[in-house]
Amino acid sequence: MALKIVKGSIDRMFDKNLQDLVRGIRNHKEDEAKYISTCIDEIKQELKQDNIAVKANAVCKLTYLQMLGYDVSWAAFNIVEVMSSSKFTYKRIGYLAASQCFHESTDVIMLTTNQIRKDLSSPNQYDTGVALTGLSCFVTPDLARDLANDIMTLMSHTKPYIRKKAVLIMYKVFLKYPESLRPAFPRLKEKLEDPDPGVQSAAVNVICELARRNPKNYLSLAPLFFKLMTSSTNNWVLIKIIKLFGALTPLEPRLGKKLIEPLTNLIHSTSAMSLLYECVNTVIAVLISLSSGMPNHSASIQLCVQKLRILIEDSDQNLKYLGLLAMSKILKTHPKSVQSHKDLILQCLDDKDESIRLRALDLLYGMVSKKNLMEIVKKLMLHVDKAEGTTYRDELLTKIIDICSQSNYQYITNFEWYISILVELTRLEGTRHGHLIASQMLDVAIRVKAIRAFAVAQMATLLDNAHLLTGNTQRNGICEVLYAAAWICGEFSEHLENPMQTLEAMLRPKVATLPGHIQAVYVQNAAKLFATVLKGEEGNTDGTAAQEASQLMIDRLPLFVQSANLEVQERASCILQLVKYIQKLQQKDVEVAEEVNALFAGELNPVAPKAQKKVPVPEGLDLDAWINEPPSESESEDEQPKAIFAKEEPKHSRPRHTEVDEKELARRREARKQEQANNPFYIKASPSSQKVYQEAPGVEHIPVVQIDLNVPLKVPGLPMSDQYVKMEEERRQKERAEKKKKEKKKRKEKRSGRGKKHDSAPESEEDITPAHMVDIVTEEMPENALPSDDDERDPTDPHKALDIDLDKPLADSEKLPVRSHRAAESQKSPTDGETENATLQEPKKKSSKEKREKKKDKERDRKKSKEEKKKKKHKHEDKEEDLLGGQADEPVLQSEETSQVADPPTSSSTTAEEAATVAAAAPEPSVTAPDSEPDEPKDTEMEETKSSKHKKKKQKKEKEEKEKKKKKKHHHHHHHHSDGAGEESVQNGTVEEEEPLPPMSNYCLLAENSYIKMMMEDADEVYDIQGNLQDGSQVVVSVIFENKCNSFLKSMEFNVLDSLNSKLQRPEGSGPHDGLVVPFQLPPGVSNEARFVFTVQSIVMPQKLKGTLTFIVKNEDDSTHEKLDFKLHFTCTSYLITTPCYSDAFAKLLESGDLKSSSIRLEGVNMPFHHLLARICFHHHFSVVERIDSCASMYSRSIQGHHVCLLVKTSAQTVSIDAKCDEPTLLGNVLDEIKQTFSQC
Amino acid sequence: MIKAILIFNNHGKPRLIRFYQYFSEDMQQQIIRETFHLVSKRDDNVCNFLEGGSLIGGSDYKLIYRHYATLYFVFCVDSSESELGILDLIQVFVETLDKCFENVCELDLIFHMDKVHYILQEVVMGGMVLETNMNEIVAQVEVQNRMEKSEGGLSAAPARAVSAVKNMNLPEIPRNINIGDINIKVPSLSPF
Repeated sequence: MALKIVKGSIDRMFDKNLQDLVRGIRNHKEDEAKYISTCIDEIKQELKQDNIAVKANAVCKLTYLQMLGYDVSWAAFNIVEVMSSSKFTYKRIGYLAASQCFHESTDVIMLTTNQIRKDLSSPNQYDTGVALTGLSCFVTPDLARDLANDIMTLMSHTKPYIRKKAVLIMYKVFLKYPESLRPAFPRLKEKLEDPDPGVQSAAVNVICELARRNPKNYLSLAPLFFKLMTSSTNNWVLIKIIKLFGALTPLEPRLGKKLIEPLTNLIHSTSAMSLLYECVNTVIAVLISLSSGMPNHSASIQLCVQKLRILIEDSDQNLKYLGLLAMSKILKTHPKSVQSHKDLILQCLDDKDESIRLRALDLLYGMVSKKNLMEIVKKLMLHVDKAEGTTYRDELLTKIIDICSQSNYQYITNFEWYISILVELTRLEGTRHGHLIASQMLDVAIRVKAIRAFAVAQMATLLDNAHLLTGNTQRNGICEVLYAAAWICGEFSEHLENPMQTLEAMLRPKVATLPGHIQAVYVQNAAKLFATVLKGEEGNTDGTAAQEASQLMIDRLPLFVQSANLEVQERASCILQLVKYIQKLQQKDVEVAEEVNALFAGELNPVAPKAQKKVPVPEGLDLDAWINEPPSESESEDEQPKAIFAKEEPKHSRPRHTEVDEKELARRREARKQEQANNPFYIKASPSSQKVYQEAPGVEHIPVVQIDLNVPLKVPGLPMSDQYVKMEEERRQKERAEKKKKEKKKRKEKRSGRGKKHDSAPESEEDITPAHMVDIVTEEMPENALPSDDDERDPTDPHKALDIDLDKPLADSEKLPVRSHRAAESQKSPTDGETENATLQEPKKKSSKEKREKKKDKERDRKKSKEEKKKKKHKHEDKEEDLLGGQADEPVLQSEETSQVADPPTSSSTTAEEAATVAAAAPEPSVTAPDSEPDEPKDTEMEETKSSKHKKKKQKKEKEEKEKKKKKKHHHHHHHHSDGAGEESVQNGTVEEEEPLPPMSNYCLLAENSYIKMMMEDADEVYDIQGNLQDGSQVVVSVIFENKCNSFLKSMEFNVLDSLNSKLQRPEGSGPHDGLVVPFQLPPGVSNEARFVFTVQSIVMPQKLKGTLTFIVKNEDDSTHEKLDFKLHFTCTSYLITTPCYSDAFAKLLESGDLKSSSIRLEGVNMPFHHLLARICFHHHFSVVERIDSCASMYSRSIQGHHVCLLVKTSAQTVSIDAKCDEPTLLGNVLDEIKQTFSQC
Repeated sequence: MIKAILIFNNHGKPRLIRFYQYFSEDMQQQIIRETFHLVSKRDDNVCNFLEGGSLIGGSDYKLIYRHYATLYFVFCVDSSESELGILDLIQVFVETLDKCFENVCELDLIFHMDKVHYILQEVVMGGMVLETNMNEIVAQVEVQNRMEKSEGGLSAAPARAVSAVKNMNLPEIPRNINIGDINIKVPSLSPF
């Protein structure tokens, strides 16, 4: 044997384990990096060794280094090697390392599929557990798809330890492979009532995670959860369920009403704070959903608020924090209840804990009213001054702005006060939020017309004192404010008292030190100011002032022309030339003011942030269509140097659209004007804004306070907002007095409040009238804007894909992909590709090939359901199971029913197989529609229950037998994960890129006549792997019956002449010569598959059995009896089962000396080595143990436990196979069969 | 969901990191630094919740931590987890460590990071809470340890390493984590 045998030797050659490494690192504090790099070199050496123990140790050390921040992805392959060790110790190390450093783009992950599958079905629950834990960290979409079915099976494992892990990992699988959600959901739901509390908790956990993202799909589970909530005593589960209800109630208010009572009870009874807290939270959610404010719920709100107050007053900071958090939720809908605790919350603002202060700030946001806004902000301003950390201070700043600007400045009654607050905030050193203040200034100045004069005056002062803001270049953030100041002064320059002075301030040399974008605004707005100055001087006969302004511009602008910023430079040089020209005109005494002003005519209105998105696509416009044919690739290469101009391209395309829509645009413009004219909130271009207010409807009673510009403007640097608080107080008092008078007069008249806003604040709140008209310009939206608000969800959210309706019954096409059984299918994708190519060339063969593919799919399903069935212990579970399994092949059950009517179940020995057989036998269109999914009747719940009942009856009888079978389950598993010889060879690391395998099929023609064709797949599934030699072993034969004629085929009977060695298993009570009824009928062109079980005594020799199929051909008018003879050929290979074998076990086996050897030579085999191996694996049920270059060891096992070992070598076109087996006759026959396989090709 | 579990000491040295979402190694180290920065400047008598850092998570995520003697145990969780529940979970985890290591101290975590991982794996799996019952966790860990022992273990003498460590006179051997006196008054979830 030229095999390189790696035996699990015990000699440990490595000198450094994890502890040594850690110690070493600690002893090399000064040159840690250097020490670690030598360690990594050592590890690399260790990884090169064959000893798995050394490798595992190295990987363990790598895991530690990964924690220290070293990238260890280079060892990914070694990690996979360690993962696949058979020893738990090493396996665990491998999986740990993998879970720490594998991620979706780790390419070796795809090599792990089979290994993980093997571990998942390991008889040792801890192997399975370790694999599940590891997988949960690095599952990829591919792994999820390939393993979903295996994991789903584990959800019904006997050990709760595995069940709970399997249940939890399903969530990850759903995320990566959303198609698995529906097929797996019924079982997941079942786990909610698992007897083990851990499993139950896991199921609740998963469903809560799912429901949190897409609650509406889980409403139907509410009753189940309700039951759990009232029965469970596990606080962890209760918390999860109660949280889930919090997510569900907004969708179903009736649920909320039902919840209030049990939740209230829990609140009263529980001693666990965590549970209490979650209950309160959910009650709040319920109350929010019942926002209609039913009177009897005010008690609940009171209870919540009262409990929360207790939490907030607690000395435990955690409770305080959570209390505030929950309070903020109540605030949204029941502000009144919270506002009464204002004292408590303001007190929290002084807490030493920043988290608590921030939460209290959040609360303040919702607690302000018109009445207390000024007071609260004043308090916050004090905190701003005191705050030491910049983060907290910045937070305060944003909160102040948030509080004031919320709901369109709803609570601001005096905008002068607000502007002065903003100006005060500019004095904050080092804040990051300059732009925020700036945008507020702009927003207020643009949208509140009445404030413009005041704002402009303030901004002018700011500009004048710009040096205070820019003094320190470090505090760059705040200079953003100058951007707003410059723009406001320029845009609304008509309000400026002394525009010339401001112009001068804006053109100071120091401005050149500001950031480019601010300079650009300065330059542009200097031009606006210039225009204003000209206009102001218009009337004056002596034009000195105007000329001074021109001169000033001409003197100062060159500074900006030299700016490095393109925008500044461009604007400055443009304006400079313009001013020069104006100066010339001025010297000729030409009046230019009007023309210059026309440059800046018109008003800018705010545009809604979503406006662009909301523009509807005009009919007939296809945004995806090419405007120009895309340039050919060679062209684009030529154009590469021009890439800088790529940005221009979209611009070219745009005018084209407008050209097309010129008429439409005109129409819209018209419509917009019309709409604006009718919109009371739209401010028309009227010269005096004050006037607009007086004209606005319904505001006559609002006393407009004339802004007293005589109030001396304060020098910035002194607080001034305080005075407004006083002023406001006085104003309100006056108003109140007036109002009283009025009310006395018109007592019966309805009070006129601003009904639009429904504050639930106390009455007096309504009475507070704003000092300024709060006529806020609404943001512009495009006409025909789409009303939909669907832009909330992040399209990249992985949970979006899980928005799946779970109540809809499962369709046939929805099943988890089940792994194929044979090697060829494990390499499915290349095979498929090949098939496709082939079909292109030979369209005639297409249908049959596809059919075969489909057959296999079918078969896989059948296996799955079979496997599931075998696992059942309780009848109850059985039923549930069938619901699930049956959904996949529903029509099957139907056909079973029909067949049962004809042939009531009598036997005990074959029914299980028969049921399985029947279960798979669904009618299937093949010739006519080879591409479509089986066109099977839609399943309904009725049918499900009916058929499952039916099954139940049957299962009673079969129970005994099944339990026997169950014991053999593990073998079954073995059988299952043993596929994929091709993959295995990849796993061994020697095969990287190989040609795809040609398609292979295990079906061979059995017999054929003009009516029917029989195809056989031999010994597909084998039971009784061990023992029971006296009874003989069982072999299952799948036969495909295909109706080739145009008539209906029915009453098919399958009969075989038993030999001494092999017998067909017949239902009990039937004689040895009776035929077996094929459990289906065949409409024209349809094929179906039936399985027959044979009992075999000796398997060392191939067998031939003669058989006959009788059937009735039914035409429209007559029917004839026909028969077809066939010979069943049981090769020795069909008694072999693909069984994986590790190289060490293999080596031991060979060394044991019990095996007889034999060998053959095959000449002229002209195919790649891996094809050769795949063929042996596929046709003869071997698995590759190890492969080195052109030499491979293979292993298989017979159903009676004979070991068959092959060593396949190839050189040129000669293949030599050395074989060993404990049964020489069997070996000889197997070798003959292999020889035959290759002689055929 | 739990997004990450970090254990580091008072100097910010990581003792165990477990991310349930992929971050590159550099990013992981940055997150540790940021988290340490956030957590370490907090007094012991302030609340144990922090709005998530800028690197990890976002507004939906919270840092929930506990400080035991020389070690910080930080969990980064989203809003589907109960804050007080996670605090209790940390307590359960630390008590489990204490049982498994027999009076756990920082050194145990330093030299047996792998074992701490194995224990953690029995508590949290893939970012979801797997088991909260300490006895169950300890039982599962012990069975697996026995399996390892029966296979001969990774290194022949883990005991040798431990004793060597215990005898070493390292300058900053931290005090034992004393589970007893850090019973910060957490409203306990009555037995899970």
